[in-house]
Amino acid sequence: MSVRAGQWPDQLFETIKRGGVRQVGYVPDAGHARLIDRCRADADIHDVVLTTEEEGIALAAGAWLGGQRAALLMQSSGLGNCINMLSLARTCRFPLLMLITMRGEWEEFNPWQVPMGSIVEQVLKLCEAEVYRVREPDEVAGIAERAVQQTFGDERIVALVLSQQLIGGKVWTK
Amino acid sequence: MTLERRAAMAALVKDRDDDLLVVPGLGSTTWDLAAAGDDPRNFYLWGAMGGAAMIGLGLALAQPDRRVAVITGDGEMLMGLGALATIGNKRPPNLAVIVFDNGVYGETGMQPSHTQNGVDLIRIADACGIATCLDVRDDHALADLAARLKNLRGTLFARVLISADEPPRVLPLRDGAEIKSRFRAALGVKA
Repeated sequence: MSVRAGQWPDQLFETIKRGGVRQVGYVPDAGHARLIDRCRADADIHDVVLTTEEEGIALAAGAWLGGQRAALLMQSSGLGNCINMLSLARTCRFPLLMLITMRGEWEEFNPWQVPMGSIVEQVLKLCEAEVYRVREPDEVAGIAERAVQQTFGDERIVALVLSQQLIGGKVWTK
Repeated sequence: MTLERRAAMAALVKDRDDDLLVVPGLGSTTWDLAAAGDDPRNFYLWGAMGGAAMIGLGLALAQPDRRVAVITGDGEMLMGLGALATIGNKRPPNLAVIVFDNGVYGETGMQPSHTQNGVDLIRIADACGIATCLDVRDDHALADLAARLKNLRGTLFARVLISADEPPRVLPLRDGAEIKSRFRAALGVKA
């Protein structure tokens, strides 16, 4: 099955829906725009726009305490905002599903995105997260399914890292 | 006039029913809550500074039929000030964010916090769109806040002015996974 470039956000949405996710925290991000729209349009999902990504780590912990599953959407720069708050998930063994769109690695015009983008996978591993990297549209649904199962089945921190080539370059001059 | 922190915490959680869930901030408010009596519906924090209010939001959204009280300190609230904007944007009717404000960082040697020098958490919460913002400075206002916690009808913020003392530490459970599992078991939640 070949997945058109623009379809994978819908597949991600369907995967987290099937996985029973009821709260979605996000800092607005162009790469996640379609997924954010789908979540906002779904009456069974609490969409929570955040001022910074670390709020989402705490939101997801609260959701799990109350019996709901949460997902956190961010771009790679946002991971840097989360590091100390990830100690909440690590210490208490909260399940945490992070869907991370990459910046700073492919057709990146903005060099300020590179420092954080270049260390995303190392930071995640230092924080004891399971890392699933997705590069091709065809891979998204299958890997996302496994990420959701591992997050909530094993009560793990899991990051689905969506390569910048999936998203395409940002248009800087219009 | 200021209130004594342990007495203030006791007034807020005494005679609590099973549907009041409490999230204190790391440090003094966690010790205050432990001193008021252990309860599996307390999610004690020993870290995650700046996260208490957001844990409260996720919990309040997940448990609309129960009430959630975040009871934290001014330093902890200041570290996660954006959470007030996020909560003001979402406005769950069953969430109260209560800040014990003594204007100092008690755990680290009583250094002054921003609130000692004019930063007003009530005006910030009000400007974030939280409809009910209370200034609690005496026993009467504290009793009113305690009564509201028993019957929340809209997102509430309260600043409780407390004196800058440091009562003996009362330490609750420290194992985060155990605190979490005990809390969830008390609520009877799965998933």
